[in-house]
Amino acid sequence: MWNLLQFELFKTFKKPRTYIAFGAIGAIVFLIQLALLINGKEYVQFILSSIDETLLIPYTKITNGYWICFAILNLLLIHVPILVALVSGDIIAGEANAGTLRLLLTKPVSRTKLLLTKFLACTIYTLILLVWMAFLALFISVLLFGTNDLVVAKEFELLQIEKADVLWRYFAAFGFAAIALIVVAALSFFLSSISQNSIGPIVATVSIIIVLTILSEMRIPIYDNTIKPYLFTTHMLGWKGFFYINSNADGQTIKGSISNLPAVLKSLSILFAYIIIFVGSAILIFNRKDILS
Amino acid sequence: MQQIIEVKNLTKKFKEITAVNDLSFTVNEGDVYGFLGQNGAGKSTTMRMMLSLIRPTSGSITIFNKDLFTNREEVLRRTGAIIEKPDLYNYLTAYENVAFLAKLSGKIVSRKMIMQFLQMVSLSERANSKVKTFSQGMKQRLGIAVALVHDPSLIILDEPTNGLDPQGIADTRELIKTLSYQHGKTVMISSHLLSEIELIANRILIIHKGKKIAEGSAKELLNPSKTIVEINTTDNISAKEILMRSEWRVNIKIVQTEKIILQLDKISIPSLINYLVQNNVAILSAEPRHSLEDYFLSLTTSEIYVEPAAI
Repeated sequence: MWNLLQFELFKTFKKPRTYIAFGAIGAIVFLIQLALLINGKEYVQFILSSIDETLLIPYTKITNGYWICFAILNLLLIHVPILVALVSGDIIAGEANAGTLRLLLTKPVSRTKLLLTKFLACTIYTLILLVWMAFLALFISVLLFGTNDLVVAKEFELLQIEKADVLWRYFAAFGFAAIALIVVAALSFFLSSISQNSIGPIVATVSIIIVLTILSEMRIPIYDNTIKPYLFTTHMLGWKGFFYINSNADGQTIKGSISNLPAVLKSLSILFAYIIIFVGSAILIFNRKDILS
Repeated sequence: MQQIIEVKNLTKKFKEITAVNDLSFTVNEGDVYGFLGQNGAGKSTTMRMMLSLIRPTSGSITIFNKDLFTNREEVLRRTGAIIEKPDLYNYLTAYENVAFLAKLSGKIVSRKMIMQFLQMVSLSERANSKVKTFSQGMKQRLGIAVALVHDPSLIILDEPTNGLDPQGIADTRELIKTLSYQHGKTVMISSHLLSEIELIANRILIIHKGKKIAEGSAKELLNPSKTIVEINTTDNISAKEILMRSEWRVNIKIVQTEKIILQLDKISIPSLINYLVQNNVAILSAEPRHSLEDYFLSLTTSEIYVEPAAI
């Protein structure tokens, strides 16, 4: 299996399209950081304009590296799935289209093992992409803007997390985001296993995510208790849960607390279930498939 | 002699279309087994089933005395194959293609051995070039190297000379002969060209519309007493009338405006030409044909077919 994984990773990182995602993330993060370096105060004033009148907000303290990382994640984690689909949507269908799937399957490798290895390669790619994003969004932001307490908006309240209580939350959030992105990888991987060219699965993944995200964001009672709790898109932004902190009776935030840990864990388990469903379905279908390409 | 492949009552249906129909054959150790059929006859479907790329609708495939579908990995470890065109990883180099695919076959192959295989298919100088820069013929040769690099006992080659130039075809033919006669490999090779198969195969299977129509040794099947001869004269209709009045009428297979096709013993061809000349028929050409179509004709046509325009 190691030989196969080595080959899959070698192929993945030999393709120029693999680096599109890294370039795109690098460009977006750089542009956000540059803009906030120049107009950070104005941006914070704008997004906190409704609260501005009632509170005295220390803008210079807010626009620190931790806060900028939070802002970047808020923007990027909705769009990164598109970049994940570029590789995972291509990993089987691309080979079917090129005829190399036929070549691979004439080798003494079981189809299940082949698919699991390909999915593992997608997972590794997704994780590397996320590490790249974490490096740029957190490490570079901290280098450029320094560290301070993190102020996070939760609906109509502001939560202030002590500087020393922030870093572990980012590690947890990136861990959660990894699972969320692997769900997207699993979805496009499944679509790739039933397609003959890579454009179909990539476009289909993006379309499904757009439709389901709209459904997840809609505040309509008929969907709130029926479909929404089961959509993976509803749970993909669950990483924010690590930044929602408990307060004591005096309104002071409690260090190390998470206000709704069961909800975060529930979201994680639903995301895991989706990974199993998508990958399991891909293996079941692929094992019975005639290779005609 | 040990049996390497045993295919029994193999059938594959794609919805209403029966691509392979109740096909049975055996291949023995050391055979160069020619698998002949026109395009669409079911050769590739059969070979895909023999590599478990396609599941049969019914029937069984036993390779190395093991059921293919329950011992897939074990069988494939000892098998090398090219199915249709050798689609390789275009964005990788020739060396990378051979090295990685050899590893997947469970064989540790040294750099020196890989270079030897590339040398064997005349690609050692292009070892570090990306496959996307290769011509179709070069890709075909690299495909052969990929199929052989893990030293398989059984080699399945589906139309391996497609896209090759005459020298490439001759080299491939020599390579197959060497693999079989010197290294004792069993080779199953498909083609739609009888002329290609008859030069290398010791046994031949011919299929048509998914069904077996003939199987046997090359000598048995290419019987010179059933040679197809194509004659073209200045007036084919008159020539046909002359032949129909003679003992040659039983040999006429097809009459067209531009030619007359007969089937006869090869040694009778001079007598036929003499007869036509004596009857003042001006012969433009007379040639024994040797294509698969002609062979099918000899197997399947029993009545004279006269093209309407020639009547």
